[in-house]
Amino acid sequence: MSPSFDSPAAVASALREVDYLADARISQVGFLALELGKPILVEGPAGVGKTELAKALAAVTGRSLIRLQCYEGLDESRALYEWNYKKQLLRIQADQDQGWDELESDIFSEEFLLTRPLLEAIRSEDPVVLLIDEVDRVEMETEALLLEVLSDFQVSIPELGTVKAASVPLVVLTSNNTRELSEALKRRCLFLHVGYPSPEREREILMTKVPDLAVRLAEEIARVAASIRAMDLKKAPSVSETIDWARTLIALGIDHLDTQAVGDTIHVLLKYQTDIERALKDLSVDRT
Amino acid sequence: MISLLADFVQELRRAGIPVSMVEAIDAMEALGHIDVGHREGFKETLRATLIKNSRHEAAFDVAFEVYFASRRPPEQNPLPDEKHFTGNQMGEDRWMGGSSGLSVESLIETLYEAMANQDFNTLRSAARQAVDQLAGMEPGRPVGGTYYLYRTMRQLDIEALEQRLLEMFMADVDSEDALASRLAAEDAKRMVEQLRDELRDEIRRRLVEDRGHEAVAKTLRQPLVEEIDLMHATRSDLISIEHVIEPLTRKLAARLARRRRLSDRGRLDFRKTVRASLATGGVPVEPKFKTVRPHRPEIFLLCDISGSMATFARFTLQFTYAMATQFSKLRAFVFVDAVDEVTDFFKPGIDFGEALVRIGAEADVVWLDGHSDYGHAFEQFLARYGRELTPRTTLIIAGDARNNYRDPRAQYLEEVAGMVEAVYWLNPEPKAYWDSGDSVMVRYAGACEQVFEVRNLNQLEAFVETVTDHRPKTRRNRSTPTKGAPMYSSAAQRNN
Repeated sequence: MSPSFDSPAAVASALREVDYLADARISQVGFLALELGKPILVEGPAGVGKTELAKALAAVTGRSLIRLQCYEGLDESRALYEWNYKKQLLRIQADQDQGWDELESDIFSEEFLLTRPLLEAIRSEDPVVLLIDEVDRVEMETEALLLEVLSDFQVSIPELGTVKAASVPLVVLTSNNTRELSEALKRRCLFLHVGYPSPEREREILMTKVPDLAVRLAEEIARVAASIRAMDLKKAPSVSETIDWARTLIALGIDHLDTQAVGDTIHVLLKYQTDIERALKDLSVDRT
Repeated sequence: MISLLADFVQELRRAGIPVSMVEAIDAMEALGHIDVGHREGFKETLRATLIKNSRHEAAFDVAFEVYFASRRPPEQNPLPDEKHFTGNQMGEDRWMGGSSGLSVESLIETLYEAMANQDFNTLRSAARQAVDQLAGMEPGRPVGGTYYLYRTMRQLDIEALEQRLLEMFMADVDSEDALASRLAAEDAKRMVEQLRDELRDEIRRRLVEDRGHEAVAKTLRQPLVEEIDLMHATRSDLISIEHVIEPLTRKLAARLARRRRLSDRGRLDFRKTVRASLATGGVPVEPKFKTVRPHRPEIFLLCDISGSMATFARFTLQFTYAMATQFSKLRAFVFVDAVDEVTDFFKPGIDFGEALVRIGAEADVVWLDGHSDYGHAFEQFLARYGRELTPRTTLIIAGDARNNYRDPRAQYLEEVAGMVEAVYWLNPEPKAYWDSGDSVMVRYAGACEQVFEVRNLNQLEAFVETVTDHRPKTRRNRSTPTKGAPMYSSAAQRNN
C-alpha cells in the first residue's frame, strides 16, 4: 500500500528524499492530487522538470509509473488498446474447420488484446502513476478520448464489455502550452504552472543534481541563469541546461564565473547563435 | 467562509477569468483537506482549483490580495513592528518606541539595512511603518492606491536608495568584471522591486479595510491580456501580448497545415497489401495503408502599415514574425498605397525589433502620398506577385479598409481571390464602424472567404478556430462578385 501524507510539507520532504525539490506550490498541488484523487495538469516551458515531477511522485508513493507519450496523430489504438491482428489471423489460419461463433468469441478474447498505456493504467491492481506527457500535442478528438477515460476511469471495448478501473491512478498530464486544451479537460484537473525556479531554488537544485558543485559557484550559476532568462531570447535556458552548464564548468575546472568564463561556455546554455550574441552583449554592458 | 469564497469567485469572473461552478465546488472541497490557516497553502489551493490558465495568474494574485489580505491576523506575522525594531538595534536610540515617532531618515536607514541584508521580515515591517507615516492615507478619500504608493516612494527617495544599495553591492564585487557588475545591479533592482511590492500590498490592505474588497477590486481590475484592444494597446500591453502570441501562431500553423487527422490515418492500400501478402503465402499478415500526404499550405500575409493602423500593424507584424518561425512557406507583404515584400526581414535569426526598423526604413510602400490606397495596393500586388499565387495559397489581409475615399477597385482583389484557396480579412475596427466614413469593407468582403473583426487576442483566437471549421470544401467560383449580403463573420463576437 502506498504511504499517505498528512500535509503538503510531508509531500515536499518526501520529494526531497528522491532528489526532487518542490516549492510550496508544487507540494501543495501534489498533496491535493493525492487527497482528492484528481489529475494534475502541469504546464510550463520545456525543461523545468514537469516529467520529473511525475517520476518523483511515483517514487514517493511507491507506485509504478506508466507513461503515455503524446504526439500528433496519437489514436485509440496507440493510447488505449488494439486487437492483435496478426495473431488473430494466425489463429484463424491454424484451425480452418472451427465454427464461426466459437472462433469469434475466441479471437476477441483477452489473449488477443494488446493493452496500451491508458488501459494498462486502469487495469492495474495496484494504483499507479499515469503520466500523459505533452498532452497538448494530440488532436481534439484524442483529447476527448482521454477525457472519457479520466472522468469515469473505465473503458468500453465493444467485443469484451466495459473494463472498470481496479484502482484509481494518480494522473499527471504535462503540457508545453502549444495549444489551448479543452475547457472540459482543464476543469477536471488541478492546474499547476511550473515556471523557472527562483535563483535560491535553482541553486539548491544544482547542489542536489551536481554533488561536486561548490555553493558559491552554484549561486553564481543560478544568478546568471536568472539574468539570462530575463532577456528577450528565442529559447531561454532550461533547468536541465543549467545543470549541464554546472557540469561543464566543473569539468573545465572553473570555480568562479566572470565575463570570460561565461563567454567561453555559454553555448552549453543557449542553442541559437543569435541568442548567444545577444546574451553576451547584454551581460557585458556595464551599467554603473 | 463559503460566502467569502463565493464573493471571491464572483470577483474572478468580473475580472474576466472563467470559473465554472464545478471548479468553485472543487475549491471548496479541496479546502476541507488543508490547513486553511496556512496562508500560502490556502492560496495555492485556490489557485490550483480555480485558475486553469497561466495568463490569468496575475489577475488571481491581485484579487487574492484584495479579498484575503485583510483577513491576515496580525499575530500571524512573526515580527510585530515595535518589538522587532527595538530588538534589532545598533546602540543608537533611533527608535522612539511608538510607531509614529520614527523620523523619515531613520526609516530610510532601516529599509536600507533590511535590503542590504536581504532581511525580508524587517523590510516588511519597515514598509508598513513607512505607509503608516508617509502615505498620508485618510479614510474615505476617493484616491487610488497608486497615488499613495507614489507619495510614499517619493518621500522615501527611492532612487537614492537604489543607488546606495547598488554602490554597496558593487563594493563587494570585482568591479572590473562586467558580469559581476550586472548581477549586482540586478540585485539592487530586485530589492527595490521587493520594497515597492511590500508598500503596494500594505496600501492595498489598508484600502480594503477602509472601503471593502469589492470597491478596491474594482479599481484594480485590469483587462486580461487577451482582451486588450489592439488598436489602442500601449507599449507595455504589446509586450504582454508578445508573450501569448507565440502559442497562438503555433496553433494556427497546426490548423492550417491540416495534419493527419484520425479519420485520415491509413486508408487500406489494397494493392500494396496484396503485394506484401505474397511473401506470406497469400495471407495478408501485414496490412498496408495509404500514406496521407501532408498538406503544405502557403501563407501570404498582406498588412496595412499606414499611420491609422500603426499599433495594429505592429501587432500584425509581430504575428507575422511568429508565423514565419512556424511556416517555411510564408510570405509577408506590407502596403500603404504601394505594396512591397518583406519576407526577407523575417528570416530566422532576425530579431523582431530589428525587422521592424528595417521595414520602416527599407520597405517601399509609399506611392503617392502615404495614405492608404487599398485599390492601388491590390492592383500592384496582382501585377507583381499574381504569377506566384496557387490554389494552395491562403491569403490573409490585415487592415481597416479605410481607403481615404479613393476608388476601391475591388475587381483586383476578386481576381486574386479566384486564384487562391481562400482570402481572409482581419479588421481591427469594431464592426459597427465598418462601412462608415471612408471604410469600404463591404466592397472587399465579397471577395473574401470571411471577414473577421479582430480587436483583441480572443477574437484572433476565434479566427484561428473558425478557419478550421469553415474550410472551403469545394472551390467556389469567386471570379464574379457575390450577390447579396457580404459574408461577415459572426464568430468573433464573444467579446461584445
